[in-house]
Amino acid sequence: MTTATAPAGARRGRGRGRALTGLLLLPAGAWYLGLLVVPILIVIVYSFGVRAPDGGYAPAFTLDNYGLVLSRPQPFLTSLGLALAGTALCLLVAYPLAYFIATRGGKRKGLYLVLLIIPFWTSFLIRTISWLVILGPRGLSGFIETITGNDTQLLGTPVAILIGIVYNYLPLMVFPLYVTLERLDRTLLEASKDLYAGRWRTFRQVTLPITWPGLITGSILVFIPLMGEYVIPAILGNGKVFLIGNVLSLDFLASRNWPAGSAKAVGLIAIMLVSVTFYVWITNRGRRDRDVSVL
Amino acid sequence: VSSQAVASPVATSTRRPARATRGISLVEGWFRFHAAVVYVFLFLPILLVVVLSFNGTNRSVTDWQGFSLKWYQAAIDSDQVQRALWNSLTIALANALLATTFGTMAALGLQRVRPRLRIAFDALTYISVIIPEIVIALATLVLFRLVQDTANPVLASIGGFKIGLGHWSIVAAHVLFNTSLVLLLVRARLAGMDRTYVEASYDLYATPWRTFRQITFPQLLPAIVAGFLLAFTFSFDDYVITQFVSGPGSQTLPLFVFGQTRQGVTPLVNAVAAMMLLITLAVLLFGQAALGWNARRSGSRGQVAGVAGIVAENAGGG
Repeated sequence: MTTATAPAGARRGRGRGRALTGLLLLPAGAWYLGLLVVPILIVIVYSFGVRAPDGGYAPAFTLDNYGLVLSRPQPFLTSLGLALAGTALCLLVAYPLAYFIATRGGKRKGLYLVLLIIPFWTSFLIRTISWLVILGPRGLSGFIETITGNDTQLLGTPVAILIGIVYNYLPLMVFPLYVTLERLDRTLLEASKDLYAGRWRTFRQVTLPITWPGLITGSILVFIPLMGEYVIPAILGNGKVFLIGNVLSLDFLASRNWPAGSAKAVGLIAIMLVSVTFYVWITNRGRRDRDVSVL
Repeated sequence: VSSQAVASPVATSTRRPARATRGISLVEGWFRFHAAVVYVFLFLPILLVVVLSFNGTNRSVTDWQGFSLKWYQAAIDSDQVQRALWNSLTIALANALLATTFGTMAALGLQRVRPRLRIAFDALTYISVIIPEIVIALATLVLFRLVQDTANPVLASIGGFKIGLGHWSIVAAHVLFNTSLVLLLVRARLAGMDRTYVEASYDLYATPWRTFRQITFPQLLPAIVAGFLLAFTFSFDDYVITQFVSGPGSQTLPLFVFGQTRQGVTPLVNAVAAMMLLITLAVLLFGQAALGWNARRSGSRGQVAGVAGIVAENAGGG
């Protein structure tokens, strides 16, 4: 605050200013506390409890729920595998696109970005449902079947889930990459060329290191929500591909085994915290100022 | 979105030897091809939903029986769709109003606090944005049930009524994520704001309130509008959180659509889906128009910050 330039009116009551600050922060702060911090604390407490006879939570102290997570890690492993594969695929598709928009976009840059936003702006659910018909027996599956003669069913396979993932998450990867590529100093590329570096070498030694922050940000923005993805496997997985999200939904809404679900949720939160910590560490490595930004 | 002209890197390579030029044009062509394929990939499925919603068939969605509006008629006539549409609109509006107010207030408040408090606040903001939606969904469900179980015996004994999940719980859960979203958008705008106007205003003996109203607020407006529209759209389209914390009378359009697809995609689902697409895109266009109108009215010479641009820039981080 530039209190020095503010006249008497702004400087008058320090107490009044402080009250105003408190008032401005109150609703958001209350929401963070009441609907983020407290609920997560409750989930942590519940994860040590047992299921009440009629569903829900009954107080207890047991580690059985965590034991169950460790003894049946399959949904976690499936989620991890699909989230990593999905992030890598998004990166592979997004990088050339972001590079194209940033360096070849010219006057149409804005248009290209808007065209990315429009599908992203529409309902996630509907975007996913649209693939039901495309991948279904009367769509691509049927098409592949007629060509190869083999019985093909894409829905319910990891392939269908990965297509849904790339389709829905791609813009989240493109935007951060675009921002770093847009800032890329072209003279560096010229310098690299003048030093007789080939295109590939220039990319590897100049472009890639500079766009590293965007690449990491995009990967985190895609990876973390993907770990908890629920809608895509629920719709395109045909009940055959089980991710943590689906298991959580079953635990909380169907079998109402809240303690078991809570332990899995804590596991998911732990994965998220590890990813974010890794992210902060890797982006601040080499940058010695304490300016920590998560997004 | 920045619109400054960028020197074409192709131009500098015109004097390269022929072999290199051919290599470059191959790469250029591939870039273009890749971009075209991605854009087709992004739009084709949505267009397919819209096209198939006009199918006059009574059987399978893919069995084209000529253009017809009958599924739109069926959707509009359906009590269930009407109720779901009404629920979706009211929940989205309430959420957007609350989240925009809270987020903007917090962004302004955060300018005035010590760094330590700001870092704590920021951490919560980022966590609420990045945490998988399903965690928020189940955590808020658990909280609401706990509140219910604690409060209902008391309420029953004093007033003979009880609280259940419904519109309020959906709005409360949506507001968390959306407040953070608005906060980030408005704060990014605040950070990029020219302080000289504010200082000039103070020098002219304007009160803080007047300075806010006449200087700060108009400059923040594009971000506030973008935040409002984003919050509205998020809430209108949300499935995961809504499914967890909805009550018996609060089915929204996404819940309806999801429930219908359990029996397969029908032309009715496509018609409802197409209407949802139309509503969200209308919201986006409306916001864009409002921002353009505002920029013209205030005679700002700078580029019009479109909703899409603001969203793109902020999703990109910095």
